[in-house]
Amino acid sequence: MQKTWRKYLIALSLLAAAITLSVTVGSVFIPPAEMLAVFLPGWGNLPAASSAHATILLKVRLPHSALIFLTGAALAGSGAAYQGLFRNPLADPYLIGVASGAGLGAVFSMSVQWPRQFFGLYAIPVGAFIGATLTVLLVYRLARVGKTLPVTTLILAGVAMSAFASALTSFLMLRSSGELYRALAFLLGSGAMSGWEPVRAMLPYTLVGLGILLSSGHALNVLQFGDEQAQQLGLNVERTRLLLVLAASLATAAAVSFAGVIGFVGLITPHIVRILWGGDYRILIPLSILGGASLLLVADTLARWALAPQVLPVGIIMALMGAPFFLWLLRQARLQIF
Amino acid sequence: MLQIDSLSVGYPHKDVLQDISFSVSAGEMLALIGPNGAGKSTLLKAISGILPYTHGHIRVDRQEIASLSILQRARLISVVPQAQSLPALFTVYQAVLLGRTPYLGWLGQPGRSDHAAARQALTQTNIEHLANRYTGELSGGEQQLVLLARALAQSTPILILDEPTNHLDLQHQSNFLSLARCLCVENGLVVVIAVHDLNLASLYADRVAMLARGGLQALGTPQEVFTEANLRPVYGANVQVIAHPQFDIPLVLPDGPQDQYAPAGRGYRVQLDTPNNQPAYSAHTIGQFHP
Repeated sequence: MQKTWRKYLIALSLLAAAITLSVTVGSVFIPPAEMLAVFLPGWGNLPAASSAHATILLKVRLPHSALIFLTGAALAGSGAAYQGLFRNPLADPYLIGVASGAGLGAVFSMSVQWPRQFFGLYAIPVGAFIGATLTVLLVYRLARVGKTLPVTTLILAGVAMSAFASALTSFLMLRSSGELYRALAFLLGSGAMSGWEPVRAMLPYTLVGLGILLSSGHALNVLQFGDEQAQQLGLNVERTRLLLVLAASLATAAAVSFAGVIGFVGLITPHIVRILWGGDYRILIPLSILGGASLLLVADTLARWALAPQVLPVGIIMALMGAPFFLWLLRQARLQIF
Repeated sequence: MLQIDSLSVGYPHKDVLQDISFSVSAGEMLALIGPNGAGKSTLLKAISGILPYTHGHIRVDRQEIASLSILQRARLISVVPQAQSLPALFTVYQAVLLGRTPYLGWLGQPGRSDHAAARQALTQTNIEHLANRYTGELSGGEQQLVLLARALAQSTPILILDEPTNHLDLQHQSNFLSLARCLCVENGLVVVIAVHDLNLASLYADRVAMLARGGLQALGTPQEVFTEANLRPVYGANVQVIAHPQFDIPLVLPDGPQDQYAPAGRGYRVQLDTPNNQPAYSAHTIGQFHP
């Protein structure tokens, strides 16, 4: 087995590369050296960045990259948690309908005027959180057969709830006039919001959600043996489940509120980590968070670069990469790694 | 000491077992026997706190287990479930270390004493050589030993074994039960084992409790419980009880095929010296039958 620190080192290096890629590539290419000069002024003898480049970096690129970073981290972290929680390899915020539920909640709280007057952007994740939590509880209820949660019923219930929530979202969009574009961007999964404000609004929710998930690795490990054994090992299963569902839904809600409904990050990343580095949830969660951020940053760079100057919604790129992976996963007769 | 008093357990609106009373002391192994659906697993679930009981008492050293928290219970009672499909993502050592969960914080960071307990559990079950293997790639017998080691790492005075020998071959059955017997005596554990095979119960358990028809039908040593009078109403009219050739214990033989379908050359029943109405062992039971 590889040493734990080496796994983190690899994940962090990938993340650094992804951040560099995301920040430097765009309609204007900014050399990495200039990026470093802006980040670390007066360090070494780096060429000073031109003021135009510095402005682009600080006002446009960095907040966008930060938003994508948080989104990927939140979705992959909650994806890993849902998979462990439901002991189901295909659980993913998108596939089980949580993301759509969060989207509905977010669009709803955007179309209602009064909360925004008091709380600004911070109100959106609250609506999304309520939508996400209700959806996940409903899907869980619908999909459960006795004491088990079969892959097929979970996906079917997720797809049904997802369709239902999306329909309601479309309905809300047609009814409200002002925020139509933003709501449409939601369905396509595009990090359409810009500037530092959404990053600031998203950060607290993401930190709380992911913080709880990061601390729950051991509990998730114990849960892998099933509810009865987990309880016989001293874990309060009901309370742990509820806490984890709330935390994962909070992280998903934060991501969906500001970046839209992006699928497959939460599915692919934990599986790649599991294949590479095993399934111990104490390292699976943090490595999935780092990996999800890297993956979405790369996908987002592709989305901005592929048809430049036109910017594709990152959700499209993610789906193009993720759907084949999903099908491959479905084809695996036995999901042995799980 | 595990003490059960006039216990009724079951699911909402339906008691599976009623008025069960027995106690098991330290260093003693009690086998729960009974036909399928008699409530062996239900009783074990009640003892381990998974299933709330409606009436009566389950006490461990005078503490009512229903009044304990999940964590406190896990420090008193460990369970070896049937090894069906262990999650494949843990090494044996990691799985055994999870037995220390009731002593760890929320983060589950194991300390030196936890590692020591896990190592000792691996040694006691003779599976140190498997420590770095993944649980998913082990045989059924090995997985069962991993679960036993995990329960030992839990360091509880009470050990519950839920039909641990079901999927094991003859040799692994003996190995597993000899080990359980050794741990029971050496560590002074209270062991309650649900087992289908009556002969294994006879060979390994100090006492036997027979569950059937929603209640405790017989309780005592194998000699006392395994009589044809006791067994026939529960297991069928043609069960035979004979003496073990080597140990002073009864063995139970199941019924053979009907004469006309018997394998070639065996198409008739030998007339036994012991007539059906005279059991080889005399009945001495606390339960009464109502056939």
